[in-house]
Amino acid sequence: MYKTLHAKKNVQLGIGLFIGILFGFFLQKGGVTRYDVIMGQLLLTDFTVIKVMLAAVVTGKIGVHLLKSLGKAELHPKPGSFGSTVIGGLLFGIGFGILGYCPGTLAGAIGQGSLDALFGGLIGLLIGAGLFAAFYPTLEKKILPKGNFGDLTLPQLLKLNPWVLIIPLAIGIIALLIWIETSGL
Amino acid sequence: MEWLSLKQWSPYAVGIGIGLLSCVAFLLSDKPIGCSTAFSRTSGMIEGLFRGKKVGDKAYYKKFSPSIDWEWMLVAGIFVGAFISAMLSGEFRAEWVPAKWSSIFGNSAFLRWGGALVGGIVMGVGARWAGGCTSGHGISGTLQLAVSSWLAVLCFFVGGIATALLIYHVF
Repeated sequence: MYKTLHAKKNVQLGIGLFIGILFGFFLQKGGVTRYDVIMGQLLLTDFTVIKVMLAAVVTGKIGVHLLKSLGKAELHPKPGSFGSTVIGGLLFGIGFGILGYCPGTLAGAIGQGSLDALFGGLIGLLIGAGLFAAFYPTLEKKILPKGNFGDLTLPQLLKLNPWVLIIPLAIGIIALLIWIETSGL
Repeated sequence: MEWLSLKQWSPYAVGIGIGLLSCVAFLLSDKPIGCSTAFSRTSGMIEGLFRGKKVGDKAYYKKFSPSIDWEWMLVAGIFVGAFISAMLSGEFRAEWVPAKWSSIFGNSAFLRWGGALVGGIVMGVGARWAGGCTSGHGISGTLQLAVSSWLAVLCFFVGGIATALLIYHVF
């Protein structure tokens, strides 16, 4: 772990910007900053989004767990609950289907000149995030903690060594991608 | 350097690039890549312009203070990176209404922006409700094998596919 580097606040802001620039470059080159491509995925006619995501997950999963095994990184799995993850996830999905961008690809869409992302999507996301902050005290009491399962990971849930899960899962995802390609999607 | 000006790369090359970038983020910054908290912080900053420092008293902004952080810079970087990519390939263009939308709803920019606004509001609430988006849960969380993230990404796509099919095939 590069703890001294992690503690340097201004350097970290620079690293964040640099990683973001590469991320935005990749997203735009992948075509996934386009409304038409994202909606093609949700309408199940264009599988570009899933291909990008699954290739990223296989690569990142192996890489990050290698870094962890080498003592160079720590995991930060997000906590979850049915009240937060399922309800929030479905709401997100409904917004996704109407907007046709997600928060990251929206920033990229604005960068490539998509004005609907700037004048509609960005303003909407900011209003939505503000609304959530306004209702947070009530939601936090009544809905978000329902069915809480914390920051559990699949290896912890199944009581397995992470690698016993990572390798077959990677093979499964690659097989799925090969199947998607051969069926012409 | 011709590949920098290509219109589109293979989705697998892009995905592998993003996966490696996730590793770099963990290594150099001890952070998973994520985007949606940046919108909460920005929303808080804008509210702060009107209400001043009182905004910081809201419970949610005590968790995510309305200030510029690593993730905020990352989202700013996405904007810059996509701009550079689009400029290099000649794909940068002011687009008022996406083609797929206009094939169903016509060319009215106001209708599309209204739709995007409503979609954005629902997504903004949902992203913070679920504690992450397609990046934070969809890529960074699933690659860490987090149960919350696999469940979230399933819900994102169930909700998204159902909504898209309704909009395009029913209405």
